[in-house]
Amino acid sequence: MDAMATRTLIDFRTDPTCYKHWRIEFDGPVAHLIMDVDPNGGLVPGYELKLNSYDLGVDIELHDAVQRLRFEHPEVGAVVLRSGKDNVFCAGANIRMLGQSSHGHKVNFCKFTNETRLSIEDATENSGQTYLCAVSGPAAGGGYELALTASHIMLIDDRKSSVSLPELPLLAVLPGTGGLTRMTDKRRVRRDLADVFCTTEEGVRGKRAVAWRLVDEVIPPSAWAETVAKRAREAAARSDRPRDAKGIALTSLERRIDGGSIRYLLVSVDCDSEKRRAVITVHGPTEPVPDSVDDAVAQGAEIWPLAMARALDDAILHLRLNEPELGLWVFRTEGDPAAVLAYDAFLETHATHWLIRETTHFIKRVLKRIDVTSRSVVALIEPGSCFAGTLAELAFAADRSAIFAGEASGDNKPPATLTLGAANFGTYPMGNGLTRLQTRFLGEPQSLAKAQTAIGAPLDAEAANDMGLVTFAYDATDWADEIRIMLEERASFSPDSLTGMEANLRFPGPETMETRIFGRLTAWQNWIFQRPNAVSATGALQRYGTGQQADFDRNRV
Amino acid sequence: MPDGMTIDYDGLIPNNVDLATDQRVRKALETWHPGYIDWWKDMGPEGFQQSLVYLRTAIGVDPKGWAKFDYVKMPEYKWGILLAPAAEGRTIPFGKHKGEPAWQDVPGEYRAMLRRLIVVQGDTEPASVEQQRHLGATAPSLYDMRNLFQVNVEEGRHLWAMVYLLHKYFGADGREEAEELLQRRSGNQDTPRMLGAFNEATPDWLSFFMFTYFTDRDGKMQLEALAQSGFDPLSRTCRFMLTEEAHHMFVGDSGVQRVVERTVQAMQQAGITDPTDIASVRALGVIDLPTIQKKMNLHFSLTLDLFGNEISTNAANAFNAGIKGRYREDKLDDDHALIDATYPVLRCIDGQIVEQQAPALSALNMRLRDDYVKDCESGVGRWNRVIEKAGFGFRLKLPHVAFNRAIGEFAAIHADTEGNLLDGTAWNERKGAFLPDDADAAYISSLMVPVHETGKFASWIAPPRVGIDNKPGDFEYVQIVQ
Ligand SMILES: [Fe+2]
Ligand SMILES: [Fe+2]
Repeated sequence: MDAMATRTLIDFRTDPTCYKHWRIEFDGPVAHLIMDVDPNGGLVPGYELKLNSYDLGVDIELHDAVQRLRFEHPEVGAVVLRSGKDNVFCAGANIRMLGQSSHGHKVNFCKFTNETRLSIEDATENSGQTYLCAVSGPAAGGGYELALTASHIMLIDDRKSSVSLPELPLLAVLPGTGGLTRMTDKRRVRRDLADVFCTTEEGVRGKRAVAWRLVDEVIPPSAWAETVAKRAREAAARSDRPRDAKGIALTSLERRIDGGSIRYLLVSVDCDSEKRRAVITVHGPTEPVPDSVDDAVAQGAEIWPLAMARALDDAILHLRLNEPELGLWVFRTEGDPAAVLAYDAFLETHATHWLIRETTHFIKRVLKRIDVTSRSVVALIEPGSCFAGTLAELAFAADRSAIFAGEASGDNKPPATLTLGAANFGTYPMGNGLTRLQTRFLGEPQSLAKAQTAIGAPLDAEAANDMGLVTFAYDATDWADEIRIMLEERASFSPDSLTGMEANLRFPGPETMETRIFGRLTAWQNWIFQRPNAVSATGALQRYGTGQQADFDRNRV
Repeated sequence: MPDGMTIDYDGLIPNNVDLATDQRVRKALETWHPGYIDWWKDMGPEGFQQSLVYLRTAIGVDPKGWAKFDYVKMPEYKWGILLAPAAEGRTIPFGKHKGEPAWQDVPGEYRAMLRRLIVVQGDTEPASVEQQRHLGATAPSLYDMRNLFQVNVEEGRHLWAMVYLLHKYFGADGREEAEELLQRRSGNQDTPRMLGAFNEATPDWLSFFMFTYFTDRDGKMQLEALAQSGFDPLSRTCRFMLTEEAHHMFVGDSGVQRVVERTVQAMQQAGITDPTDIASVRALGVIDLPTIQKKMNLHFSLTLDLFGNEISTNAANAFNAGIKGRYREDKLDDDHALIDATYPVLRCIDGQIVEQQAPALSALNMRLRDDYVKDCESGVGRWNRVIEKAGFGFRLKLPHVAFNRAIGEFAAIHADTEGNLLDGTAWNERKGAFLPDDADAAYISSLMVPVHETGKFASWIAPPRVGIDNKPGDFEYVQIVQ
């Protein structure tokens, strides 16, 4: 029954030549991202992906496509999301897949889906690559949620096509991957109409869909092709992306897995299943910064910030899905802090260049993945490490950090330091719209101001500790024992309560649509995913498709 | 108080549902009425609206109340709301509510499902009128013209039947849906009818006969399944509609048979022994048997699509809820719940057609389609006996269910009429051998000349054995007023 538990390794690395479910068609500055799900192409056996319904495999391709459109196609200013099937746009997440998946798989699947959807919005907002959505055929549940990521939703008015969020009446779950929140926060649909919409299985079509702000326009079939093309051209014309630039190739990411060791060029992961921990070491740059931005383009995917981010991104996704029992991630870095800062400076100097812009936004998204990962994260700042600027964010993303004070005997590595850079003060906002330092110092603005004055200066253990930038500083006498005890203790707690506590503590301060999606919405969804009304043998997810209705426990909790 | 058996003809709308005292529904229907008449004038039979047509109108819902024939101008036809008499103490015959008293009102939790089923059924009724609206101009006889118009006015009445349910039980949403039933147009790009086969053209009379034989028979199967419904007003409505539907299928069944009769007769007279010698047969001004077969292939396969996906959650839900039953549910001997039962389903797996056992609840569309295919065989047998009696070896045959499908398991593949899989190239090459092509259409169209003289028939069709209402052969079924 739990097919996902019999682990087949889930690989997030793909490229268009391997796609089963999507294709991209280019028309000058407009790309058409076409969903045409292969019913027999599910990630694991046991379900058919009918009616453009999706599983994690479909989303992995979507994520890859979105990423490649940004890096490989600077000439593309507008992307039209559409269906390659005649009679349906997208029926949402596959119900049988959800029915047979473990709770953990469902949660991780939804999290990745949320991240991909936010990356679509990020492209529109920050990359000059505007997503539009052309809905022909019903867009139900996750199908409409996908449409909601676009900045402009067009619905064909053929009296058959509709948008709907039927999760509640049909499946006794929520449109939990952003559906509810995007409806209210992004499209500002009136709450009572949203209530009606979300309890009406068949959804809404035609003029009412516009009147309720569920879509931006309805278009008769006779004008459909022409209008969609026109809107896409208009959006592309507003883009600041360089029409004549050539993209870089996101070459296949090299990775070797050998037992508990995972090696990328710039990231190594050492898994210790007994201690239930993964040590993730990020290597700083060894090559000097490029002479010019053209040189950076020529280096393509090999340039340090991008190559490092790609490896780290894959490592995070891999560990989340394939190593659920490693509940503790330890972040380490190795390298020269000055070299990291030199790359930061390069990124800052050329911030408006399309490729550099893509790179920093990508690093931002990778860091955000850490923020929403349900693992305890500890950063260890040791001699020879390079927690500077961009890489210092790893320490600030961690639930706690420790820095090695003073000299280590019998070791000629440079002493441990933490170095702040401009990158720590605005380049990589969290989902709450604040930087990690702003979030850290929500209650002590003076500490934030003080930190700002220290930009560029390598801070030793004492200074970093005094300034509140690390949790602990231990010298050679205590380090080994303290760290061992801290990690062992952490790994002994209930994984569920840790997940809950960490998710609460990581996001103080203001709510945004993004934090609401991850925090409030997924928390409710994950609760519902545990409840018998949804997942017991007589619950709605199991009963779906059998013709039998679910038996509900009628108590409101 | 009406007893549900006699029809109240006093108001604007004849009915046996006591509209006189149901202010709300009467007002809704009277508001809808002008739009319906406009639709009929716009989209109903083209021309002939002032002609006097010898039509039957129901004056009661018992078997005797039926056969009331008279001349009437179509726009003045008495479209009414007629339900089969209520069965005392009726209970829900299947699903999880089996044995509970049948619903006289819509249960809230099934409202959306019921409305959808009624709207889809309702949409087919005006659609076929629209599809057939040009046929009056090329009627092969006054007898056939009358039959066409009889079918048309009854499809109009079926629309009324569905609109009554929408108005009576579905509030503002129902009124909105009823309005939209008048707005959609068969084959229109922007406002098409809901189901594929109802957006196809009915270009000639052979198509009309095939349509009434094959596609109206889908209507029959759907009505049979809905007649079992635990929602009693729907059941009663459908039971009465079925009596009308029988006539439509008679028109198709006998129509095709008369075409076949005429063809074999002409071949015999001309001494043609090879029915596939198309050129020689066509030289006689009749429709060759291979072309009749192609028309069958087309209409049968288009109609199969109306049954939807073989495996269907909606069908399962509707059955379990007690809303839509199986064909002749009341005659079936099982638990009428089907929770653990299975049913064999033809599926397309790795490009092969294989039979698999599927949960019976999910396979209800497949089951209804199987019942339909069986039901289709009877007429084909009759047509073949005409050919056989005339001494020809040719036989008409229903194509394989995988042939020419756009919905369901076989939508993704191509198959010939025997169910052998074809690749895209082979399909494109051989399509013309299975389905009518432009040349076939042009030939049939060349035969479509009107015959208005009483008792006379076009060259390609034989006269019927008996007249409608037992009228003699030269009866003037339509008094044409241009
Ligand atoms: Fe009908
Ligand atoms: Fe009919």
